[in-house]
Amino acid sequence: VTTDMLSAAAAAATEADLGAARMQMALSLGWHIVIACFGVGMPAITLIAQWRGHRTGDPAYRLLARRWAKAMGVLFAVGAVSGTILSFEMGLLWPGLMGVYGEVIGLPFSLEGIAFFIEAIFLGIYLYAWDRLPPVQHMLSGIPIVVAGVASAFFVVTANAWMQQPTGFDAENGHIISVDPWAAMFNPATPSQTTHMIVAAFMVAGFGMASVYAVAMLRGRRDRYHRLGFLLPFTVAAVLSPLQVGVGDWAAHFVADNQPVKLAAMEGVFETERGVPLHIGGVAVDGQMRYGVEIPYGLSLLAHWDASAEITGLNEVPADERPPVNIVHWAFQIMVASGLALVALSASGAWAWWRRRDLPRSRWFLRAAALSGVGAALALEAGWVVTEVGRQPWIVYGVLRTSEAVNPAPGLVWGFVLVSVVYAVLTVASVYVLRRLARDKPVPVAPQERDVTDYTVV
Amino acid sequence: MPLPEIMLVVLWVGLTAYVLFGGADFGGGVWDLLAGGSERGRPQRALVEHSIGPVWEANHVWLIFVLVLMWTGIPSVFAAVMSTLYIPLTLVALGIIARGAAFAFRKVSTQLWQQRLFGAAFAFSSLVTPFFLGTVAGAIASRRVPPGVAAGDLVTSWVNPTSLVSGALAVLTAAYLAAVYLTRDAERRGDAELVEQFRRRALGAGIVVGVVSAVGVAVLAADTPELYAELTTGRALPFLMIAVLSGLVSLALLWRRAYVAVRLTAAVAVTGLLWGWGLGQYPDLLPGVSVTDAAATDAVLAASLGALGVGALLLVPSLWWLYATFQHERNG
Repeated sequence: VTTDMLSAAAAAATEADLGAARMQMALSLGWHIVIACFGVGMPAITLIAQWRGHRTGDPAYRLLARRWAKAMGVLFAVGAVSGTILSFEMGLLWPGLMGVYGEVIGLPFSLEGIAFFIEAIFLGIYLYAWDRLPPVQHMLSGIPIVVAGVASAFFVVTANAWMQQPTGFDAENGHIISVDPWAAMFNPATPSQTTHMIVAAFMVAGFGMASVYAVAMLRGRRDRYHRLGFLLPFTVAAVLSPLQVGVGDWAAHFVADNQPVKLAAMEGVFETERGVPLHIGGVAVDGQMRYGVEIPYGLSLLAHWDASAEITGLNEVPADERPPVNIVHWAFQIMVASGLALVALSASGAWAWWRRRDLPRSRWFLRAAALSGVGAALALEAGWVVTEVGRQPWIVYGVLRTSEAVNPAPGLVWGFVLVSVVYAVLTVASVYVLRRLARDKPVPVAPQERDVTDYTVV
Repeated sequence: MPLPEIMLVVLWVGLTAYVLFGGADFGGGVWDLLAGGSERGRPQRALVEHSIGPVWEANHVWLIFVLVLMWTGIPSVFAAVMSTLYIPLTLVALGIIARGAAFAFRKVSTQLWQQRLFGAAFAFSSLVTPFFLGTVAGAIASRRVPPGVAAGDLVTSWVNPTSLVSGALAVLTAAYLAAVYLTRDAERRGDAELVEQFRRRALGAGIVVGVVSAVGVAVLAADTPELYAELTTGRALPFLMIAVLSGLVSLALLWRRAYVAVRLTAAVAVTGLLWGWGLGQYPDLLPGVSVTDAAATDAVLAASLGALGVGALLLVPSLWWLYATFQHERNG
């Protein structure tokens, strides 16, 4: 089916170009993923506010829905274009991957295309027809955005899951002989990885939105509007946080069973052993974990529910098939630590609410909540570093090396420099515009919602 | 029709939709760039923003659709095109980022200096992005992208007569379509002055597109004789004829102020050019690589096309609702 053309690839890329391509992909993916989380989580949270406002007539909820929709418009636009760049980069940077395996992961991307189309169409309707549609119909127009957003996340992550657990195809000498696209899409890594990401998206959006209002409350703005603006997204994220611990455990077990080398890098296990301790902190130096706190049998217990379980060490694979231990180990530690901190924060909020139907009195709660958005995003990024760097040197686990997939054209370093500059500017502009939106009171003027327009916010 | 051909037709339909809808959004940016000072150009800019605001993201998805269908349906061709043409395509990608982000930022900005800054970024990238996309089309049409990863010349593959003409043509076509669509949008808003401004622009842009297309055919004769032969004497000739005729009819309709009808004929003219190119090049996608050589396995094509077919059942009514909502607006 494919011709011999790809085997005729030009000379391999230099180390610098390969590094630049990886950094460029990491930058644009790492940037997009944060925005994408808001795209997945924010519509649902906004719709809840709008629905509450519609049911109760409470202008605070209605104003919140309006303002969140406005921010959503900006975030969605930026997410749409930063996501497009990724589909370019798949080919620009990794033609060796896409030229052969593009068809294997084509189905989930086709489905994602449809889902994204639905999202974009209904977002246009939802944002721009607020005052033309009757309220219920308008809220209904928001439902497809929620469904399609979650579906998009699912489809895209199945493609990444396939890179971890490539199934559903037969290849010979780098040529595809046959493909079962459904088997590729529903590969063994799909269930845990997609669930982990979708829950993470709602956590990033929820904690991120709540952070904005936590900051406002710390500055003394504690009226109903700000309290609701904090409580609603915070509740969504707080409910999901403990759940994410379970999902994360599921994902980690999967890695332990199916990508043992990645687990070895996550935990700095150099020699295959039984009853392996868990390392908290620590640095890998000369094939040994140093300066960390050891919890005896911890890793065997966590990974296999058995204190004497055997853990595969990095020694099982040749040196050129091992991922960099320190990056993966520390990224994993950061993800887990941030995640557990968010669980603790959620628990303290839940405790106070259960005892006396109010937020914790301590300012430390609000201070921590103000950082929760950053913490959630940090956990998200760190988690993706574990997933992606932990898979190295493979781009498709055990099948294709990253160095074989990269575009051999010279000068990728310059592309990376240019893209970095553009993203730096984009970041500054996005933060600036979103801060302005948070500070201004740009309520869309709708004559029938005079009570919302005139609603005073401290 | 065998699956690879169906896939190719669907791909080309997606490309056509992107040019007709997404292209016009870029064209809106071009007119934004040419609208004049911040005071004088305000009504035109407002119309452009009003018209493309609700729809540009949906229109933009057609590009993603084309990219995804390329790597799914003709993966090796996708790899060859993206790797050899990575310079113009990186610039396209950055232009897309700048355009979309700046448009969204400008919309929520309240101060003049911000609107100017974001507006300039929006307008400038609207001009540059279709140009580089056009050079990519020219590179493929003039057979300068050989099969293989980064096997072509990284510069001359897209800096050559055919690419430069098609880059210019892409920008002009985008501007022309936008002017045609905006004329009707202005008419619906009841702004006679704006209608006249965009009518004049549509007429001017239409004539320039016609002239540059003629130059383009002459350039093809010298630079890409295979495609030239197909377009002027071969099976692509009917499409070229349709394009020329619809182009002339469009000018007449603009002259007679039939702003709804001209939307259709202008779109048909552009569609004629695109399908003329496609048919003229068929069955070769790259030199020596036919669609049958490059196509993915039937299992992949069937699954993806099936998914798109089911998706279309959701998409078509949704798109219809989107356009209908904003094309039947209240006055005021």
